[in-house]
Amino acid sequence: MTTMQVLFLIFAAIILGSAYKVVTTKKMIHAAFWLIATLFGVAALYAMLSAGFMAMVQIVVYVGAIAILFIFAVMLTRKDLRDSATPLNDGRFLAAVLSLLTFGGFFLLLKNWTGFTQLPSAEVPADMVGKLGTALISPSAYILPFEVASVLLLAALIGAVYVAVGATKNK
Amino acid sequence: MIPISWYLILAAALFSIGLFGVLARKNAVAILLGIELMLNAVNINLVTFWRYLEPAKVTGQVFAIIVFAVAAAEVSVGLALIISIYRRRDTVVANDIDLLKW
Repeated sequence: MTTMQVLFLIFAAIILGSAYKVVTTKKMIHAAFWLIATLFGVAALYAMLSAGFMAMVQIVVYVGAIAILFIFAVMLTRKDLRDSATPLNDGRFLAAVLSLLTFGGFFLLLKNWTGFTQLPSAEVPADMVGKLGTALISPSAYILPFEVASVLLLAALIGAVYVAVGATKNK
Repeated sequence: MIPISWYLILAAALFSIGLFGVLARKNAVAILLGIELMLNAVNINLVTFWRYLEPAKVTGQVFAIIVFAVAAAEVSVGLALIISIYRRRDTVVANDIDLLKW
């Protein structure tokens, strides 16, 4: 086993273990912190896939913004479920069966795919971030999805402010 | 080197864990946490396919960046809705939010 494979297994264990804690732990604030551990593991995987820019974006956007937003939401909805026996609802066994079936289905689909064990076909170009930035603002490439994404974020910003603040004022 | 299968199986497992969280958690904030896990699994797949199949093109990474933006928009609106419901009805349990249920 090479060093990369050992590293991959360590990060995979971190990701899956903390993801399991996210969906089963009782205190919501702990679930949010376990989510941060998962997100850091995924960022490490991006770095292993030589997508350094994606790893940075993962840490800045997910850990720096989304996870903090989750922690705020948990603190604002403080009447938590610590006293109830389980944080899971009555359909949890059905949900577990369905999740396992989903995983089994994915596994079978992947196993029958011919490229299942292939290795990287080529090296990543040296100036990947530069190419990415050019593609995002070039009219012949991805400027339309890029601008649509910014309009979507603006709409989400205004909508979130209206729903969270304006709605109580109208009451 | 690591075969592509390792990454794909990891992403499938992460997606299934997130699906379990969405289906089985009581707390509405926890359901959104499960959705984040599923989105991360999708992003691992996108970046893996970019690295293994077309590393010279930028398409895979652009796709993943759009998923980041959509995830940020989704989580901000979702949490705003949950906070608004909590202020009006004093609960974050998904089963208790049943105004439209008959």
